[in-house]
Amino acid sequence: MREITLSQAVNEAIAEEMRRDDTVFLMGEDVAEAGTPFKVLSGLVEEFGTERVIDTPISEPGFVGLAVGAAMTGARPIVDLMFGDFIYLVMDQLCNQAAKQHYMSGGKLTVPMVLRTNMGATRRSAAQHSQSLQALVAHIPGLKVAMPSSAYEAKGLLKTAIRDNNPVVIFEDKLMYQDKAPVPEEEYLIPFGEAHVKREGSDITLIATSSMVQVAEKAAEMLAAEGINAEVIDPRTIVPLDEATLLESVKKTSRAIVIDEGHQSYGVTAEIASRLNEKAFYHLDAPVLRMGAMDVPVPFSPVLEDITVPTPEGVVENARKLCAGEMIHAA
Amino acid sequence: MAKAKTNTEDYLRMYAQMVRIRTFEDNANQLYLSAKMPGLTHMYSGEEAVAVGICEALTDSDRITSTHRGHGHCVAKGAEFGEMFCELLGKEEGYCRGKGGSMHIADQSHGNLGANAIVGGSMGIATGSALRAKLQGSDDVTVCFFGDGATAQGLWYEVMNMAALWKLPVIYACENNGYSEYTKTEEIAAGSITARAEAFGIEAFTVDGQDVLAVNELTQKLVTRARKGEGPFFMELMTYRYHGHHVGDINREYYRSKDEEKDWKENRDPIVRFRSWLVAEGIATEAEIEAMNAEIETDATEAVAYAEAAHYPDVSEVDMHVYAD
Repeated sequence: MREITLSQAVNEAIAEEMRRDDTVFLMGEDVAEAGTPFKVLSGLVEEFGTERVIDTPISEPGFVGLAVGAAMTGARPIVDLMFGDFIYLVMDQLCNQAAKQHYMSGGKLTVPMVLRTNMGATRRSAAQHSQSLQALVAHIPGLKVAMPSSAYEAKGLLKTAIRDNNPVVIFEDKLMYQDKAPVPEEEYLIPFGEAHVKREGSDITLIATSSMVQVAEKAAEMLAAEGINAEVIDPRTIVPLDEATLLESVKKTSRAIVIDEGHQSYGVTAEIASRLNEKAFYHLDAPVLRMGAMDVPVPFSPVLEDITVPTPEGVVENARKLCAGEMIHAA
Repeated sequence: MAKAKTNTEDYLRMYAQMVRIRTFEDNANQLYLSAKMPGLTHMYSGEEAVAVGICEALTDSDRITSTHRGHGHCVAKGAEFGEMFCELLGKEEGYCRGKGGSMHIADQSHGNLGANAIVGGSMGIATGSALRAKLQGSDDVTVCFFGDGATAQGLWYEVMNMAALWKLPVIYACENNGYSEYTKTEEIAAGSITARAEAFGIEAFTVDGQDVLAVNELTQKLVTRARKGEGPFFMELMTYRYHGHHVGDINREYYRSKDEEKDWKENRDPIVRFRSWLVAEGIATEAEIEAMNAEIETDATEAVAYAEAAHYPDVSEVDMHVYAD
């Protein structure tokens, strides 16, 4: 199978959906000729013109608000939010407006829009261009949240998001834009709420999102050398969450670590760990561990930044302790 | 008074719509005072000529966005009393199946994209609706209602900039009732409100919001021009709210005097003014007008009784409509 970058996968998904449905359009800062700072959207304006690939002023609440209104009246906008950190700027439009229209109207209004943004630290971009804020939006009923872990997921999830009748927020790891993965030439979609078992194992389950999937896979390889068989699962969407697949795995392995690049406190890892505790308690041989980013603003200096995010070595160390029964009385 | 709509039927419908709004609000206020309505509500009484003058210049395929003070826009855009009162009381047959209440009534069949309880919160939605119209080559126009208080929100400046850059068919209708919640607007708004729109190259107009024909005449012109791609436009409608910020805002002399309220009600009431004009022009007799008023009163009384007897939604609906299929 051919291999393409995550960036190309996103570009292909948008182009295919724009060809398929002329109500789909794209808007955001520097999305047209510039193709975004990450060059993810290069070439789209040449094919679809400036009517459907719209460069906006630097007015995040404004253009996200426009997308909500366009979606409520028959269009399917894809909004590009240049950095995930800018989510704070658009919270009212996303959480008070987009997320609630369907419910508040008793099901009459719908908001079929996609907000594409990114996440991920270690790009030396400091505290306001490095955050992973998926937990903020996953907390809000009415929003769906997808977290692709490779080019394959990026394309299949984005195509599904564009066809979904709800507001969907997609977080792409900005460090993975140039990473290649096998992506079929023929069309495919990845349904929401279906986790992917990336690697089967029997001793411990590593549940990891987006950027952390490759961390978990590396950890699993290292653990295999020590005779510990780790299962790696990528939920792919955190809203909706495929609880059944996660529970099935944990009931088999009886141990789990949840890894996500957002801050650990009150985060995605906390939510998933809590559900496993509530629903698989008697199957567990050890507490479910959370591994998120440190609860500090992302620092600039590389020596500081690198220790704020989970690493394969850190996962291995925790997995080893869990499997040895060393963390049962850790508290 | 200025002249806009030009036949008897149109004039009488405009009068009836204004009376319908006033009557709806009087009944809603009673529901609040008698503790039959959960929560609270914001009365549109006094501002009827704004909603009616504007909405009478629109068709069902034209859209509006409304505000927390939104019952007037909703009635003017064609909504029915029964479903509105049901919504106010949280009943199953309400426009939003009881999930929205007074501050979130939406009536998509008449192009009402809904009231919004965030001040200025629908400015993006209205402008986005206009962007969609332009992209799809449709000639519908969107009117964004908001109050003078909302001119303090940054979102307005962001969306006006885009609307002006892309010549979107949106009309920003600022209902200036002189008060930003419990504060005089002159204390919170520097300079001129129309000049703010003009700074983006948007044509801005100030109109007497108590004169339904003046409002309608201006809106008809702007809607026609917006359909031809000459928008966006801005209207500042000088008006007054008879009640407080919300129904519970009773003792309000610390921010405005009873004399001022009396002056607006006695000398500038939009319904009284239009009624006198209809009679003077020989369009309707006092007896015909009284008959219309009585019919509307009966409609409202029946709708309230219907809503009071209507069913609440089944509790199983609580997690329905979080996501669309």
